[in-house]
Parts: sequence; C-alpha cells; structure tokens
Amino acid sequence: MGALPETVQFPAKESTRVEYGRILAQLGEEYPDIVVLDADLSGSTGTTRFAKVFRDRFFNVGIAEQDMMGTAAGLALGGKVPFASTFAIFATGRAWEQIRQTIAYGNLNVKIVASHGGITVGEDGGSHQSIEDLALMRVLPNLVVLVPADGPETRAMVRWAATYQGPVYLRTSRIPFPVIHDDTYTFELGRSHILREGTDVTLAGIGLMVHQCLAAADLLAKQGMSARVLNLSCLKPLDWQLILDSARRTGGLVTAEEHSATGGLGSAVSEVLTEFYPVPQKRVGLRDTFGMSGKPDELLKHFGLTAEDISKAALAVMTRKSKN
Amino acid sequence: MYPISDPNQLTEIARQIRLDIVEMLYRSGSGHVGGSLSATDVLVALFFSHMHLDPGNPCYPDRDYFVLSKGHAAPVLYAILARLGFFPREELFTLRQFGSSLQGHPDPKCTPGVEVPTGSLGQGLSVANGLALALKINQRRHRVYALLGDGEIQEGQIWEAAMTASHYSLDNLTAILDRNRLQIDGRTKEVMSVEPLAAKWQAFGWHTAQVNGHSIPDILATLKECGEIKGRPSIIIAQTTKGKGVSIFEDQVRFHGVTPTTEEYELAVKELQSMSR
Repeated sequence: MGALPETVQFPAKESTRVEYGRILAQLGEEYPDIVVLDADLSGSTGTTRFAKVFRDRFFNVGIAEQDMMGTAAGLALGGKVPFASTFAIFATGRAWEQIRQTIAYGNLNVKIVASHGGITVGEDGGSHQSIEDLALMRVLPNLVVLVPADGPETRAMVRWAATYQGPVYLRTSRIPFPVIHDDTYTFELGRSHILREGTDVTLAGIGLMVHQCLAAADLLAKQGMSARVLNLSCLKPLDWQLILDSARRTGGLVTAEEHSATGGLGSAVSEVLTEFYPVPQKRVGLRDTFGMSGKPDELLKHFGLTAEDISKAALAVMTRKSKN
Repeated sequence: MYPISDPNQLTEIARQIRLDIVEMLYRSGSGHVGGSLSATDVLVALFFSHMHLDPGNPCYPDRDYFVLSKGHAAPVLYAILARLGFFPREELFTLRQFGSSLQGHPDPKCTPGVEVPTGSLGQGLSVANGLALALKINQRRHRVYALLGDGEIQEGQIWEAAMTASHYSLDNLTAILDRNRLQIDGRTKEVMSVEPLAAKWQAFGWHTAQVNGHSIPDILATLKECGEIKGRPSIIIAQTTKGKGVSIFEDQVRFHGVTPTTEEYELAVKELQSMSR
C-alpha cells in the first residue's frame, strides 16, 4: 500500500452507505442482471448513483416497503439480482413478514441493503433509529446478516453479495467511520477477523463499535492490559471458531453493538459461549430502551456506547475472570 | 394435448379437479375446501387452455408465470398441476402430511410447477409485479397471472402493489379476483367491505373486467381480452360461489377451512360423480 497523500488526514473516514452506492453503480456495469429498488429514500440509502446511470434497472416503489420486498422477490424469481434499499427500521420492521414469508422462506436471491442502522441516525430520533434490525434478521433461516465496519469492507461485502446465490441483509450507517481495511480486503462468508492481538480480554464489535473497541483497547493498553479486538462483521453465519478461540485465549469477552443488547451480536456470542465454552461476557448495547434525538456523539455517550464504556466492561470481565 | 379449447372438455376437467380436491381434503383432514372450489373453473380455464407451460420442464424459460396469492387455495393448484403432469397424481393424497411434497401452503422448494411461496395473504401481487418487471426488462412476451382472494384485498400491501403495477404500466400482468364473498369470519360485506371493487381498481389505473367465474367460455374470452390491453395491468373480477360444485358446501362460511365429515364427503363425491357427462 502506498503512502497516503499528505492532504488526507489519518484516519480517513468513509460512509458505509455512500460506499454502498459507489460499488453498486460499479457492479451495475459488471453485472447486467443487477436491478435496484428503493422506497423513496434513494438519496439517503446511496442508490441514486445507480438510478442515474441505469434508469431502466432502477425501480422506486414509493413509500411502500412491503411492496418493495415482494417486488424484489419477483425480480429475483425472474432471474434478476435485486438490491432493495431503505432505512433499516423500515426494511426490517415494516416489511419483516414480507422478508420472512417470501424472501427467506423462499430462499430468494434478494439483497437487502438497509441504511441508517443504530442510534447514530441522530436528530431524527428514536422512531428512525433501528436498534432491533439485527435481532429481527438474525432469527430468519437462509438469511446472511452482515454489518461492515468501514468503506473497504462495505465494497467487499456488496461485491461478494452480487454473486452469492441467496438472501442477504446488510446494514449500513448514516455517519462515516474511520477506514481500517485497505482495498485488497476480500470478504469470505462466515469468516471474521482479528484486528488487534491481545491476551487479557477480547473486545468484539460490529459496525461503528469496531472502532470504539479499537479505542477501548488503546485505553486498556495504557493501564497495562492487552485486549484482542475482533470485527464480527459477518453476524450470520457467525465465526464460531474465532469466538471460541478468543474465549480460550483471553478467558472473557465484551461484545459491543449499536443495537439492543438483546437479540443482536451480544446474544449471538452468548449463544456460542454458553453452548461450547462458557467464559465471562459483558454486552455493550442499548438496555431495553429506545433511542432519542441528539447528536451521534451525545447519544453514544448517553447510551453507554463509548470506548470508555467498553473498557469499563472489559475491566469487569477481567475481575470476574480472576474470581472464577 | 394442451391447450384444450373445447369448453365441454374443460368443464369435465374441472369436475374431476373438484373430485380430487374433495378427496385430498377429506384424506388430509385439514385444508381449505371452499376457496379451492370457488377458483376451480377460473384456474382450469387458465392452466389448461390459456397459459404457456411445459409440465415436463417446470423451468421452461418461455413459460407464463402463475402466483397463487390466496395461497390457502393450494389444493386446487396442486390438483391442476398433477393433472397437467408436473408430478404424479398419487402425490395429491399426501397433502399436508409429514414429508409430503405438497405443503399446506404453496412452497416452490417442494412442488414442481409452484413458482412462489405464498400463504401469508396480501403478498403475491407484489411478487407478480416483480416477475412482470423482470419479463419486461428481458423483453419477453409471456405473461404473469395472479389469483387474489376477495378477503385478501383487505391487506394494505395489495394496494401498494396495485399502484406499482399501474405506475410501471405492467400490461403483461393479469390479476384474477376470486369474488366468492366469504372469508373466515363471515361475509366480506360484514367483516370488512371491499366494494366498489371495479371502481377501486379503475381508480388505481387498472383495466377491469367482470366475469361469471364459473363460465369457462366467458373466462377464456376475458383472459384473451385482457391479454390485448396495452399500457396498464388488468384485473378480472370473477364472480364465484364459495364451495362451488357441492351443494352442501356452497356459500357456507363453515367450509372456508373445515374439511368434510365422512357423511359430507360421501355426499360431495356422489354429487360430483353424478355431474359426469
């Protein structure tokens, strides 16, 4: 990798939703069967770029998410590779049963790429902040669930999804994240990665919280503790091997997600640990509460989703470890 | 062998399909008899005379598509597919049993000739739209057909799909509404009024046609007429009788989802057999 130009501040930031839009337009050139649907949010989800270039392969269904999922299913049955986008709250909440009955039950080749996941939606408030989409999608058989942690991972995952045969849910975010992968990064189904080695505790995050985990590891290092950091971007199928290896090696885990602490990453990791190798775990996420209006940073602080919160959870896990 | 254009022959096929439906449901002990019998004549006309299909090759690329949006009428679809040769007729009598290729509601993973998973009402028209769009993108001339229930159109998604079909000028789509006037809890006019039907669909930009849903020649003529409409989707409002063909089932709310007793089954078979030419 060449040196970054001096004008670019490190770390560079990219928005996962914008990068989705970019790679989608590029894939549109490469794969003539790709079609795109949106429900009146194309400017926000990132699909506008594709819509401008491939006018006859873009379908705005208006504010009708249920119809969008069904239409996408029909396009898939007709041999197309549909990408359907709207906000995560509407994709998974309004249209859950359409995804369940037609797309997942039928194992149809529909790619649902939902933007504005989590509380960093910010000012729009709790009605628009999806804190349950991962739980709702994770329970559906046949569906792959992905949460990229930066621009390169978004591009790699969307590229992978374009040729994978089967339904995929991918969550993007409103705010940009620091770039942590380079452009040689490729995605492999069911495979997650260690971003930083450590021995005292494991910090496992998805999406934005991967970056909070990395910052938490820095905080812990200052206190003389060494944390392994995982990016569990492939939430389903989950990389059980990596989780169990981390449990054996570090003896305790903290999961961190911009989502309810119930039903998402924290629960998925708990399921693996409980069944195969129980070690202390703490779940950083929203605790039985909805989001609210505010700036993303204010909300992350209010709901306990900062690097400090993760490092505190890590210390609690290490204390429990030592008592075991 | 197909298509069959002789209305007498089609009427005879419909009688045999009805016998199969009664037999399947009596043996399975569960399933939806009323809405299967109300749609029999419409679907016999559609499948045996009108649609392009290849039972030997269910994935034949130039086939027409059919979406059973009212998925609980699976028995009539299964009986038709079996008689067309998509799978052996004996399989009909495994309906709803453990390990059967015939699930309680349509599942394309299990049953040759079934295109779309349905059963949760209100979703099939959107899928039909997607199929119609895919055919348009590929510049193919074949068509998509969808059968809707009259209770089913109480689902809001139907009207989202009605807008989409019209917005995208899906003239390669024909929906058929099985207007049998009953739903599980009673008469549609008592549970939730759906009239004025034609005016609603017209207001959404559709070509509408009314037909006696038990007159095979009228159904065939209307299907043909709708196939010639350009620039907008078509819906055929088929006036039907729930449980049609078996007097004791006809227009009875009870026979929406309840299967006949042995006595009722014997009466039904006797009546359908006596209609033989």
